[in-house]
Parts: sequence; C-alpha cells; structure tokens
Amino acid sequence: MAKVLMKGNDAISEAAIQAGCKGFFGYPITPQNEIPEYFSRRMEEAGGVFIQAESEVAAINMVYGAAAAGVRTMTTSSSPGIALKQEGISFIAGADLPCVIVNVSRCGPGLGGILPAQSDYFQATRGGGHGDYYTPVFAPSNVQECWDMVFHAFDVAEKYRTPTMILIEGMLGQMMEPCEMTKRPTYQMDKSWCVDGNADKRPRNTITSLSLYAEVLEQMNIDRFKKYEEIAKNETMVDNQVKDGDEVAIVAYGTPSRIVLNAIEELKADGIKAGLIRPITLWPFPSGEFQNLPSSVKHVLAAELSMGQMVEDVRLAVNGKLPVHFYGRTGGSIFEPVEIANKVREILGKGAK
Amino acid sequence: MAVVYEKSRGLTDNPLTYCPGCSHGIVHKLVAETLVELDILEKTIAVAPVGCSVLAYEFFNCDGIQAAHGRAPAVAAGIKRTNTDKIVFTYQGDGDLASIGTAEIIHSAHRGDNITVIFINNAIYGMTGGQMAPTTLIGQKTSTSPYGRKEEQAGRPLLVSEMMAPIPNAVYIERTSVHDVANINKTKKAIKKAFENQINNKGFSMVEILASCPIGWNVSPVDGNKFIKEGLMPYYPLGVYKDEGGEN
Repeated sequence: MAKVLMKGNDAISEAAIQAGCKGFFGYPITPQNEIPEYFSRRMEEAGGVFIQAESEVAAINMVYGAAAAGVRTMTTSSSPGIALKQEGISFIAGADLPCVIVNVSRCGPGLGGILPAQSDYFQATRGGGHGDYYTPVFAPSNVQECWDMVFHAFDVAEKYRTPTMILIEGMLGQMMEPCEMTKRPTYQMDKSWCVDGNADKRPRNTITSLSLYAEVLEQMNIDRFKKYEEIAKNETMVDNQVKDGDEVAIVAYGTPSRIVLNAIEELKADGIKAGLIRPITLWPFPSGEFQNLPSSVKHVLAAELSMGQMVEDVRLAVNGKLPVHFYGRTGGSIFEPVEIANKVREILGKGAK
Repeated sequence: MAVVYEKSRGLTDNPLTYCPGCSHGIVHKLVAETLVELDILEKTIAVAPVGCSVLAYEFFNCDGIQAAHGRAPAVAAGIKRTNTDKIVFTYQGDGDLASIGTAEIIHSAHRGDNITVIFINNAIYGMTGGQMAPTTLIGQKTSTSPYGRKEEQAGRPLLVSEMMAPIPNAVYIERTSVHDVANINKTKKAIKKAFENQINNKGFSMVEILASCPIGWNVSPVDGNKFIKEGLMPYYPLGVYKDEGGEN
C-alpha cells in the first residue's frame, strides 16, 4: 500500500475511524487540536458522532456514556486537559468500560507550555485519578506506530474492558512522516452487558462503579487486579536492542528514543557500546527486560523529557543490581544526541565532547 | 377480584433506600408509570446522579447507569447521540444539577440533546447530611448554614427553570410539586410530556419538581409537604416556563 505523508495527530484520527470508532468527544487544547478537527470533518461520512464538548470533564463523561452503550469511543486531549478527565477515567476504570484516551502531551505543571514533554508519565502509569486502577499505556515513537497502536489500543480496551491510553509528546502529534494506512481486523466485543436499551431481548443491564458493601467492593477490586495481571502477562510491549557487549543500556520511550538511537551511533564511532531499551507499553512496564541484561551491561541510563519519572520504574526493575542514571530536559527543551552521548561518557568516566 | 392498584412494572422489586416522607419514591413511581404507559421501558436508559438517588438504577426496571456528580447530562448525551432510537433520561437532585453540574445541564440544553431531565429540587444536600444547596432559601438552616442562609455570604437561591428556559434549544421547561395529590397528578402530566417530546424528537425537556426532605429539613413528613407549599413555592413559582414542543 502507498505511503501517505501525514501528521501523528491525523494518523491517530483516521486510524480510529478505520478501527470503527463511532463516538468522538473532545475539547480544544494545543497540541492535539488536529484530532477533533479531523473528526469534525470525517465523522459524519464515517457514520459516527462528533461532539465538541463544553469541557474535558464533559467529554470524558460522554465517552463513559457511549462506552457503556457498547460504542467504540475515544477522546483526546493534552496534559492539563487529561488532568481534568481523571475523574471520568476513574469512573470508566471502576465500571470496567472500554475506551481509548489519547494524550498528546505538553509541559507542566500548571498551564506550563505547549511544547513537547514527557512529564505526564506518573499521571499515565499510576492510574491518574482516585482509587486502585491502571490504564494500559501505549507509547508509539513514530507516525506509523501511532496508526498501528490505535487499532491495538481499541482491541486491548475491548478485550479486557478497560480504558487504554496512547501517550505521545506534542512533537509526534505535530510531526509529518510517511504512514501506510493499513486497515486491520478489529476485536469483536460481546455486547450483552451494555446499557443500550435492548431490555426486550435480554434482562436489564446496569453499569456502576458503586458498592456500599466493603466485601463486595473489595472483591470488585481484586477481580480487576486479576485482569491487570492478565494484561501484564499478555500485553507488555518493548523494543529491546541491547546486545552482548553493550556497556550501557539506555532506556527511552516515544520520539526521544529516536534521539537516543542517534546518540548510540555517535558513541559507536568512539568505540563505546550502548543499546536502547524502548518500553512500548509504559504500563505494564517491561520490567522483565532488566532481569536478563547481558553481563557486559554495567550501567543503565534513563533518558526522558521530564525531571525524572520513568526512571523510578527503571530503578524498580533493575532492583539495585546496577547503577541507574538519569538524564532529562523539561519545559519544552529537547535533548540532542550529543547530550545523551556525553552523559554516557560521564558515566563511563570518559571526557565529554 | 379486580386489581384496582398495583406497583408499576416500571419499578424493580428492590427495596427503596429513601427516608420516610421523602418525595423520591413518589417521583420514581410517576417516572416508572410513564415509561410503561408510553411503552418505552425496555428501550430506556436511566442515568442516575450522585446524591440520594445515586441508586436509582437499582429501582427503575430498565437499563441504568450511574454517573459522576453533576455529569449525568454529559453521560446521557454520550448514550443518546450514539443511540438516537433509544430513550435516555437523567434523574438529578439540586446539588448534582444546580451546583456541580451547571455546565453539563446548560450545555446539554444548549446543544439540544434529545433527552429528558427529571430534576428534584428539595433545597438541600440530603445524602451528605443536610448541607446548604444553591437552592436553599434565605434564612433556611442547614448543617453548613447553621444560622440560616445569608444572602451576603451565599447569594440568593438559584432559579434553575428560569435560568434554563431562555436557552434557545431547551424545548420544554416546567416546574411542578408533589406536596399533594392534585400536584402529583400535574407532575405526572409534565413527566409524560417530557418523555413524549423525546419520543417525537423534539429535543431537550426538563421537569423541575419541588420535593420534600423531612430528615434534612428536620421536620415531620406532614410538615415537609407544608414547607414545600409555604416555604418553597412562594420563591419557586410553579408553572410552564417554556413549551416549544406543542401538542404531542
């Protein structure tokens, strides 16, 4: 199939439509505006519903309603907007409903700025709202992967009845790259549990995250965590390029992982061997990769566009076996390959260039 | 023997969780009877709020979903817009609709969502223990206005029907009461009209119902009904505030 040059935001939008998304509910915020704009153009001819909600809070609750009715549904936003959606995401997780949430993230805290950042890692991987829950988080690193990941995120959402999240930096949302727009077969979810007004064909259904009985609610939480164990077992994704002989494993996700690859090339020219571990799912985090590193690896470096968030998961995964280092830029600043290469040289006690 | 009265099949057999003298049971019955009479029960989805009626989905004998505090109209929009042939209604109290959910209710009407809203106004937060609501009267004592609501501190009570009626795409707005049989019958008619409007794709309809909360108000059930008439009704006049739907 011919490749089309498109922005990450547009790839996500069209992929969602091709994946059968029939309800999109959004609110303007930079740098994700191309997504609601795309849906507003395309959704009518695609036979779906687009609503520009009055707020991010309303948008996620529309998703909650549509998901409860068995409709493939999605919302997108950027960091402060995702914070506003957390109440709804918690309800969706607590009611075991499937949907996809996309965060085209920017820098914070507060209003922060509109430039790219990875400082929503904690928010994305620790549930984000109140209560005991997780959302599977997918972190593509190029436009093609954005396309593919949308199909996958919907399938995982429906297979396990859970909200899933796609987390990219504003950079990837805005960047144009060639993309093969291949339509994939989609998971066909059983809808007998939905509140879709078909009580003439089955007993009435109810959707709620509420229980006033401790033992009932505790069991609901225990059951949900069994589901999370299944997700961790079956759905963890990683691109581990570390080879025997590498001295340093550099951990990075999303677009910055591509900058790290350039740094690794630069180091190679100096005779320094390093390899990339790129988590593709941020939750579940690919912790197992750190248990079986080649014995040549003496250091682990986490590189992120934050003050250090993913590095905590790296430390937990390494579990004290190796020193874990950190390099980060924030506020919309993006590290260059030479910065990562110099950090590696510093770790190995070699002079910076 | 002829049956002269029986529980509507629009209600489940679950025991109601409401206090003695509370109006929720009456309004639940009116809504349930309406769904049966209009033959829409099996295709209806009820959206329950946060508040005393948080468990409403356990009582209405149709599909039901529980919404976050104030967000019921957004949840209803998500269901109705993707399932236009189904019937969707929200059932909300005054803390839910008139305080935390003002954005959602106004914009649902503003978009012209073809839904029905049952709004219970009892001038207090019942569920959480009788705190002041936006609808609490001046001078009314609650657990967060122990000396009576003061205008200079909390403003005057919010007039929701009066606020909603001028919204261009709100089709039908009526305020009723359930403090006596005549008014219960009028409320039934209003509820029926609000659902008929949805069946006929006329758009957003809301019935505001003045209701009693004897426990929250610290009065007997009889005095609760008296307070609706003598306390609430002078400030909250009953009547049709908007009717652009015409005859159904």
